[in-house]
Amino acid sequence: MSRMPKMTISVPHEGGAGLTGSWRTFRPVVDRETCNHCGICAMFCPDAVIDPDTLEIDLVYCKGCGICSNECPKKCIKMVREEH
Amino acid sequence: MSELIMSTGNKAVAAAVKMAKPLVVAAYPITPQTEIIESIADYVEAGDLKARYIPVESEHSAMTACIGASITGVRVFTATSSHGLLYMHEMLHWAAGARLPIVMGQVNRTLAPGWNIWAEHTDALSQRDTGWLQVYVSTVQEAYDATLMAFRIAEDNRVLLPVMINMDGFLLSHIMQPFEMTEPGDFIPPLDLPHKIDVNDPKGYGAMSPANVHYQFRFDMEKSMRASRTVINETEAEFAKRFGRSYAPVEEYFCDDADVIIVAMGTLGKEAEVAADLLRKEGIKAGVMRIRWLRPFPLDMNIKGKDLVVIDRDCSFGFGGVVAGEIQARYPDAKIASVIAGLGGQEVTYEDMAEFVRSRKMGTEFWFGIPQEEQ
Ligand code: SF4
Ligand code: SF4
Repeated sequence: MSRMPKMTISVPHEGGAGLTGSWRTFRPVVDRETCNHCGICAMFCPDAVIDPDTLEIDLVYCKGCGICSNECPKKCIKMVREEH
Repeated sequence: MSELIMSTGNKAVAAAVKMAKPLVVAAYPITPQTEIIESIADYVEAGDLKARYIPVESEHSAMTACIGASITGVRVFTATSSHGLLYMHEMLHWAAGARLPIVMGQVNRTLAPGWNIWAEHTDALSQRDTGWLQVYVSTVQEAYDATLMAFRIAEDNRVLLPVMINMDGFLLSHIMQPFEMTEPGDFIPPLDLPHKIDVNDPKGYGAMSPANVHYQFRFDMEKSMRASRTVINETEAEFAKRFGRSYAPVEEYFCDDADVIIVAMGTLGKEAEVAADLLRKEGIKAGVMRIRWLRPFPLDMNIKGKDLVVIDRDCSFGFGGVVAGEIQARYPDAKIASVIAGLGGQEVTYEDMAEFVRSRKMGTEFWFGIPQEEQ
């Protein structure tokens, strides 16, 4: 007999934490010239907003944490202050 | 097949763990528990236990590693004591709240300051409200048997809460007694964790739980604690049927016709049986109730009309003996003489316990060893 206990289990889905793009102070800007398409940024992005194929960043949800910029081995992602 | 061997309580717990075959053991050494995890490390090293042994840098990490392993649906064990247990505190709540059937050997030891490695129950009692089941054992055999049963109880889908097996430091952890190393066979069924992670269907665990649902998770824990009473009874009955050794949530010794009952946990509760024999020779109808399972708390103690001498190897400062207080709370009519004794390994003999009974003053609290005028 398998009885599921009541507990918090969340399933990831787009916008699961709301429009996190509104949190952003710094925007990741990729220098496409230097980028070698290794995909590390997409792998590390905690919000999975970097498309693993096109490497396009969905700015509706990108919260500007800068992890992609930090992890990029080519140092080609600059965090640029948003003008609000 | 089973054999009778001489062993410390620590080694008996380790032997039971070997039989239960956890896949992951994560632990940090601390006296007087170290021998448990050293023995397990030896088993793993020799290939006698096919488990991943994770040495960690602290008890907080030990429990965290156990949580991470357990959520994958494998059987997990750890052991600790005293300050190590307290260092785990945050993660003890987490393990229970995440509904993980982790089993832990816990050797009861005094808390500092001053430094003291001898037996006291304050360490485990200060983790009373974490959602762990707590059993207190009194012999090396019981330490072995309770460890085997702990896996089955924790992993039962009606429970899915962690279990802590408490054993008095040195008085059991380092004392050798003969015990029967029973082969459990299929007594512990394979673990089927309904909420285990599935890498092909990723989910987030321990996400935000807002005010409109959180109480439901807590009530589910409470419901499982209540259900664990049935599971414990079933498991202990099945154990007795298969292996011939029977246990109850509260072990009774000559209680039926008793006028006065000594209530205690762990080794004191066993030693009290000798005190009862002594008192009966003097014409005092004494009995003993040894509380084994403190969580879930026993609700069917047959204490109506009897004097209780409750010995607490602990103190909740500004309140009194924890066990005495809990009995009073759940049995409002209970007549209790509370004794605080055995702190920091203070020696309490069966003669001392007989004297607690003879000189009991109902409704009072008595600190063993403190002069009457200072009480
Ligand atoms: S800044 Fe953070 S959220 Fe935005 S793309 Fe980089 S890693 Fe993802
Ligand atoms: S980590 Fe840097 S180099 Fe690699 S794909 Fe991302 S932006 Fe390009």
